[in-house]
Amino acid sequence: MNEIQILLVEDNEGDIVLTLEALKEMKVKNTVTVVKDGVEAIEFLKNQIQAVDCTMPNLILLDINMPKLNGIEVLEFIKKDEKFRKIPVVMLTTSSSQADISACYDKYANCFITKPLDFGKFMDVVEAIESFWFTTAQLPKTTP
Amino acid sequence: MSEVNILLVEDNEGDIILTTEAFKDMQLENRISVVKDGEEALRFLRKQGEYEKAPTPQLVLLDINLPGIDGKQLLEIIKKDDSLKGIPVVMLTCSDTDADISDCYDKHVNWYITKPIDYDKYTKVMHEIEAFYVSFVHYPKNGR
Repeated sequence: MNEIQILLVEDNEGDIVLTLEALKEMKVKNTVTVVKDGVEAIEFLKNQIQAVDCTMPNLILLDINMPKLNGIEVLEFIKKDEKFRKIPVVMLTTSSSQADISACYDKYANCFITKPLDFGKFMDVVEAIESFWFTTAQLPKTTP
Repeated sequence: MSEVNILLVEDNEGDIILTTEAFKDMQLENRISVVKDGEEALRFLRKQGEYEKAPTPQLVLLDINLPGIDGKQLLEIIKKDDSLKGIPVVMLTCSDTDADISDCYDKHVNWYITKPIDYDKYTKVMHEIEAFYVSFVHYPKNGR
């Protein structure tokens, strides 16, 4: 697998720093783009698909609680659009409510992971996402 | 940790043995049900006929090459059915072609995993699925 493109959709500065730090440690070479709300996430995807050197993310890490459009609305947009729907979306959120979990799987989230508050555990989670998604699972080619 | 119900849809006897064996010595208390074709899988999921009392699985492991309705068709049926689409479905298959991978993500598979042919690697992959699923992923609870 060549360099992995990751889109991180997250408004909390602390979580952004933590996630970027953890992803830096990854064995797989990756580029992370950070956007801070749902509207920006959708704009980013729409711009990428139209760009001449179109590179789509191979994986999206999506928070739920965000200003403007929330993560569930962004998820719904992505999974209803045939240009974007094959991109794996990992919900990465502080929520662990069954209502959110069910709503996300119903809207075709690829998996739902609760962010731990503890720093060490947070690193474990990002590492697990890396090793699972980039080693065990196969990712689709998302760039047309 | 509550019990996790897994439905394995697989027609190859060797792979059935490998998979059920690998899941036996896991930390996760799991109950694997095995069905051998797509029609049977649908009866199980819809609790029809002999499967009237079947549990709702929290994870479906699905082969692509099956007699009758194949794995991709079954995936499509599950992910279009409002009462079933929230169940996480993992393709577990010999194929590693971009066309199959892309097609399955397009049909809203949760994860796509290529089965290693080597026994030790096969067991390792099953354990990785379990470790990731149990430690990090939230899944919809039973009795939705």
